[in-house]
Amino acid sequence: MIIRGDEPEQVRLIKKLYRPGNYFMQGNEAVAYGAIFAGCRFYAGYPITPSSEIAETMARELPKLGGYYLQMEDEIGSIAAMIGASWTGLKAMTATAGPGFSLMQENIGYAIMTETPVVIVDVQRSGPSTGQATKGAQGDFFQARWGTHGDHSIVAVSPTSGQDAFWEMIRAFNIAEKLRTPVVVLFDGILAHTRELVRIPDIEEVEIAYRKLPENEAEARLPFGDPHGDGVPPMPLFGHGYFTHVTGSTHKENGLRDVYTPEVHDRLVRRLQRKIEQNRKVYEKYEEHFTDDAEILVVSWGVTARPALGAVLRAREEGIKAGLFVPKTVHPFPGERMRELGKRVRAILVPEMNLGQMIIEVERYINDDVLLKGVNKIGGVPLTVEEILREIRGVA
Amino acid sequence: MAREIYSKYPLIKYLRKEALPTALCPGCGGGTVLNAFANAVDQLKIDPRDIVVVGGIGCSAWIASPYFLADTLHTTHGRAIAFATGVKVGLPDKKVVVISGDGDLASIGGNHLIHAARRNVDIKVILVNNFIYGMTGGQVAPTTPFGAKTTTTPYRNIENSLNISETVAAAGASYVARWTTAHVYQLIESIKKALTIKGFSLVEVISQCPVQFGRRNQMKEPAEMLRWFLKNSVPVSKAKNMSEEELRDKFVIGEFVNRERPEFVTELNKLVDEVQEHFGLKGE
Repeated sequence: MIIRGDEPEQVRLIKKLYRPGNYFMQGNEAVAYGAIFAGCRFYAGYPITPSSEIAETMARELPKLGGYYLQMEDEIGSIAAMIGASWTGLKAMTATAGPGFSLMQENIGYAIMTETPVVIVDVQRSGPSTGQATKGAQGDFFQARWGTHGDHSIVAVSPTSGQDAFWEMIRAFNIAEKLRTPVVVLFDGILAHTRELVRIPDIEEVEIAYRKLPENEAEARLPFGDPHGDGVPPMPLFGHGYFTHVTGSTHKENGLRDVYTPEVHDRLVRRLQRKIEQNRKVYEKYEEHFTDDAEILVVSWGVTARPALGAVLRAREEGIKAGLFVPKTVHPFPGERMRELGKRVRAILVPEMNLGQMIIEVERYINDDVLLKGVNKIGGVPLTVEEILREIRGVA
Repeated sequence: MAREIYSKYPLIKYLRKEALPTALCPGCGGGTVLNAFANAVDQLKIDPRDIVVVGGIGCSAWIASPYFLADTLHTTHGRAIAFATGVKVGLPDKKVVVISGDGDLASIGGNHLIHAARRNVDIKVILVNNFIYGMTGGQVAPTTPFGAKTTTTPYRNIENSLNISETVAAAGASYVARWTTAHVYQLIESIKKALTIKGFSLVEVISQCPVQFGRRNQMKEPAEMLRWFLKNSVPVSKAKNMSEEELRDKFVIGEFVNRERPEFVTELNKLVDEVQEHFGLKGE
């Protein structure tokens, strides 16, 4: 079974089911519809606040499209099942929140090592541990990056609204398919439960990517090779008679395990790293507002980018030359652009709903002569325009 | 030498030659299980292209992955059945087989084992029970007999062992059988049944680990372990009339259940059909 999402039958079903137009919906629902438009036809998950409406929407919608919803016994089983499904050709996803995301980490590493395209939505909530189960937060920035063990790169995107979530889900699936890698979507409990206007487009407006399949027998026999030089091997799907061997252990290009030869491990892990780094144009994305002449730069991500924009607009009204930089793909961090912007401004503020996580990435790309300050708030209540504006005024 | 032996093996076509010789210890029961599985596939004339084998972590996960020549998925510790569930949903017409050990499937993976049996997913699980963690150096397992010695129970094991087959039967599997590596022909027949029956099937194989278990429990020769299995095996029919006291330290062997129950992936696809019908979404 191969479902791309842009097959005529799937296009017909989507056109019949979802009329283009404006809808009033929850962020979580927008995530689910984005996944559906991207071609996701397999969802395995375990309910957890504040992500559960994603599962509920998928359970309701997927069967209509010939897709599958599985409620597994736990988060570990959920990500395991979707990796299994992905090897059969289905576009697969799961959604969870902080504690569940922690449980999934080992298999995120497995998906990286076995180059399995999957999408994991983490609806961030307060932590550590159970924390505030129903509240939003932005505390998983580094868990997404370094949650699993070993050397690896990862792609993580972070939407700033319900509408954005719809399109970022499509982008997340496309990145996963193009690079044969897991992609993390860092959403949060506030946007997840905010109801706002979301425009559902016509399916024809959506660009849908699908993984590279082997073109011949030789390519199929090297499921972890690099025949095209882009670091992305074609994926021989299960059930096609290729006798593919997939293992999370260090393996050679033919898939067979070799954990003793240093060069084999070096070659594999460096290629996995290079695959992400050298394909930056596939996933790099950021938004900028008033950065041309900004003297004070606000760098923010996810839910906090919205009050940050409000604060920048208010500062401009007051004559303060403030600008806003929003990485939409947060990992790998858009460091080059950050460095360029850092050279032009005298102060950088980083508002986020944690005690300072993305600010550590920002700091790596700026010089000492720039004033760098975090605007941090925890407790499950979002930062307000006023709170960020006050900090902008403070450095103006 | 090893290659010469393999070249004379009549079922060599089912093995990944470039992965041979196997990494299994001399005298390990894993070879018997691989042989029994290959025989079952051969006798049923199943095309290995129609098989996906999933394993977890540990010696027994190696039996089919990488040695059996099919699509093979070697997964994280304990999660083989959950991975296999996803594979089965995507490939409902293929035989999805899980071959792994007691530590992998019944300890860390116990939750997935019970719930896959409850859902009755059409997965065939061959669980190799050697009472011990072999690959990590002979530590206690949930299947280690009460009183046995391992590297982490150097005085004696004070825990009761898990009866895997009874647990899985109670959880709702379609087919459950238990044999030992000393009952090869019965084992092949049970694997054949498991491969044929629609639904969650478990074949538990009591297997010898002379290196890690036997050596520490006065059975360092593989043959001693096989004799121990034969001497203490009780057919399930006979065991019904035996007291708990009489059954202590015995291996109850045979078929525990063989029944028809709604199968998960069939029901899932039936549901998809019904929903599409209900909303008028069937192709025109």
